[in-house]
Amino acid sequence: MRKKRPALAALGVVVTLGLAGFAAVDASDSTTGATPRSKLTLTAPAAAGGGWDLASRELQQALRANSIVNNAQVVNVPGAGGTIGLGQFVELGADPTRLMMTGTVMEGAITVNASRVDLLDTTPIARLAEDYEVFIVPADSPFETLDDFLDAWRADPHGHAIGGGGLGGTDHLLTGLTAREADVDPAEVNYIAFAGGGEVMTALLSGTVELGVSGYNDFRDQIDAGNLRALAVSADEPVPGIDTPTFVEQGIDVALPNWRGVVAPPGISDEERDELIAIVTEATRTPEWEDALSRNRWVDSVLTGDDFGAFIREDQARVDAIIEELGL
Amino acid sequence: MDQLSNLGDGFLTVLTPMNMLWVVVGALLGTAVGVLPGLGSAMAVALLLPVTFSLDPIGAFIMFAGVLFGGLFGDSISGILMNTPGNSTAIAGTIEGHRMAKSGRAAQALATSAIGAFIGGIVSSILVVFFAPSLADLATLFGPEEYLALAVFAFVAISAVVGESFLRGLAALVIGLAIALVGIDAMSGASRFTGGQPELFDGIDIVVITVGLLALGEVIAVAARRGTEKENALIPSSGRLWLTRREFRLALPAWLRGTSIGVPFGVIPVGGSEVPTFLAYGAERRLASRKPGSMFGKGAIQGVAGPEAAGNATAGTAMGALLALGLPTSATAAVLLAAFRQYGLQPGPLLFDRASELVWALLASFFVGMVVLLILNLPFAPLWAQLLKVPSHYLYAGISVFAMLGIYATSSKILDLVLVLAIGLLGFAMRRYGLPVAPVLIGVILGPLAETEFRRALAVSEGDASVLVSSPIAATLYSVLVLGVAGLLIQRARARRRERARLDVAA
Repeated sequence: MRKKRPALAALGVVVTLGLAGFAAVDASDSTTGATPRSKLTLTAPAAAGGGWDLASRELQQALRANSIVNNAQVVNVPGAGGTIGLGQFVELGADPTRLMMTGTVMEGAITVNASRVDLLDTTPIARLAEDYEVFIVPADSPFETLDDFLDAWRADPHGHAIGGGGLGGTDHLLTGLTAREADVDPAEVNYIAFAGGGEVMTALLSGTVELGVSGYNDFRDQIDAGNLRALAVSADEPVPGIDTPTFVEQGIDVALPNWRGVVAPPGISDEERDELIAIVTEATRTPEWEDALSRNRWVDSVLTGDDFGAFIREDQARVDAIIEELGL
Repeated sequence: MDQLSNLGDGFLTVLTPMNMLWVVVGALLGTAVGVLPGLGSAMAVALLLPVTFSLDPIGAFIMFAGVLFGGLFGDSISGILMNTPGNSTAIAGTIEGHRMAKSGRAAQALATSAIGAFIGGIVSSILVVFFAPSLADLATLFGPEEYLALAVFAFVAISAVVGESFLRGLAALVIGLAIALVGIDAMSGASRFTGGQPELFDGIDIVVITVGLLALGEVIAVAARRGTEKENALIPSSGRLWLTRREFRLALPAWLRGTSIGVPFGVIPVGGSEVPTFLAYGAERRLASRKPGSMFGKGAIQGVAGPEAAGNATAGTAMGALLALGLPTSATAAVLLAAFRQYGLQPGPLLFDRASELVWALLASFFVGMVVLLILNLPFAPLWAQLLKVPSHYLYAGISVFAMLGIYATSSKILDLVLVLAIGLLGFAMRRYGLPVAPVLIGVILGPLAETEFRRALAVSEGDASVLVSSPIAATLYSVLVLGVAGLLIQRARARRRERARLDVAA
């Protein structure tokens, strides 16, 4: 034991110095008043590995690799469809060095969970990108086209189990929207909630549910490998690289993009807001972000500031109406 | 034998100095986060993700594999030594492992656990190499009915851990089921026992419950015993590392049984390694009770060997399910899935074609990582055991700090800190009044699984209860269960009759 003491002591010294160093850096930040260019913290209102976490880390990478921001961090605040993160974020006060990732799923969660605060309580910065949902069946399913399924669905609305993500999420919303357009009572739909795309996929392959609803990317390879067949994709117009026809093309007037965007805390000044918009816009023009879009098959949908605010207001109202009809 | 030549290429990729360095770094890091209560390998990989962005994918994934298995080797260390398992996967192995440590056999318990983890990991990795696609098919055989049957089977099979008093065990199980009910019901959206607190909508995290009940509960219990005669209950380890031949002969079959229990569980999403580790524990305990002189309750080596092997076997095949099916069956697998996507790769049926170099290097790194971890862990077992020589007030103060730190790091919620303290007090009260703690965790793990699958099955069948037993797998599981319980009852009745006959003769 005695021999190890110097090593231990050395380790102790290194750790202490390291901590002291961090503390000093932290302290210097708070005294000089940090600007978004020096330090930016992104809240991912989901657990590590989730969709918002991925988007946050891609954005972090774009900010960091191009030195748009000196020090970009991601903090995970998971829970309740992102509304825990939202609640904490709104309480931060007017801190211009904070951003939060958000998207369609949070709009649903705000209403379903009766959250005290909503996205309009934040300062909208920019919508970044969106991807799409698919209706999907196993390769051996009798449903060859969307019409095949809709006919069977109309005949027996409750008799066809549909698997998708959590209640009030985009999967559920798309199911409700489609039901309404196809003259099926949304309240009659037999929707089985699963913990994510992976579980929906096994439920499909094991024959538990007849139809799966999830992000196109979750199923991409299974579609390419011929294990699953996509019936319709929720984009408003055909997406390059995706062969599946849209709902609109098949006569069902439904489009539901799963968008992602960033918001800032409430109460920041107009100059601070404009600076954040500039930072994020700059990040979306980097090769890293371009690369992230193509790797994740996200579609660029940048919309900033007041336009983004107006979009949120409109989209939230639409989501609320669907949730009302689904009886949640 | 395409697999062998591919795997050979994989080994060539891994066995370069730089990649070996990543394996070792990952293994050390994984062990470190594994040891700390609350922090798990999922969190470690997530924190590493931005750092590894600049690495080439092969280096990054090799390191992640090291972290994953390092975490599984590490989480039992703190469990065995201080009864504070670093993660829920180590709970089952801790029950007997800590008793071994208490009786001065800490080093042997650690060695048993390390070798068990090694065997489980290696065997499941071999299976993944040769049968990854067919393993993936297994997952598609399971629907809600089968999961429910599995959960019921596990409930009964694990009832061995309920302990000496059936009633007390049942009471503890009910506490666990009650805790598990908190949160928004995923099937209907109804909120249950949340008091309107959004922080409770997702339920209470299993990590919070594990750390509170086991780590903090133990800390408070130790603190409460201070100054009493019982205080020096720990016997310092003898430092002897090697298992005696007798111990080895007991442990070897347990390692193999644990492995075979763990392997199938990696492929089916029932929440990770908890269920198979408990099943392995139950099986070992029941087998030991058939022979005279069972060490269970006093530190049985099989009680460490079985669950540890099962836990790592599950983790190994879970990686197979992730690679071949894109199915994340555990939290760490979910983070790894995100990591694959960050590199523009989608695990699934096409991954083996699209990124075969990476996949085979990753698989080869499992083997290398396992060997590295065994080499790191075996000699360190006696050293770790020395930790028990640290005065307990320092030791337990450290545990409390790291437990709280780990909890806050995963969720950033103040409420979780309050909850972990409250559950810690509950754990203390249960220890004080002789209620077993393990059934609470079983209730928390299996309760929601059984409930969700039961309701899913009925929702899909539109209320027709016959589906619950109509599938061959479910029917088989129930039959085995009925036969097992019947056999047990007959055995008991016979034993009682024999006892009575003996008494009659004596009279």
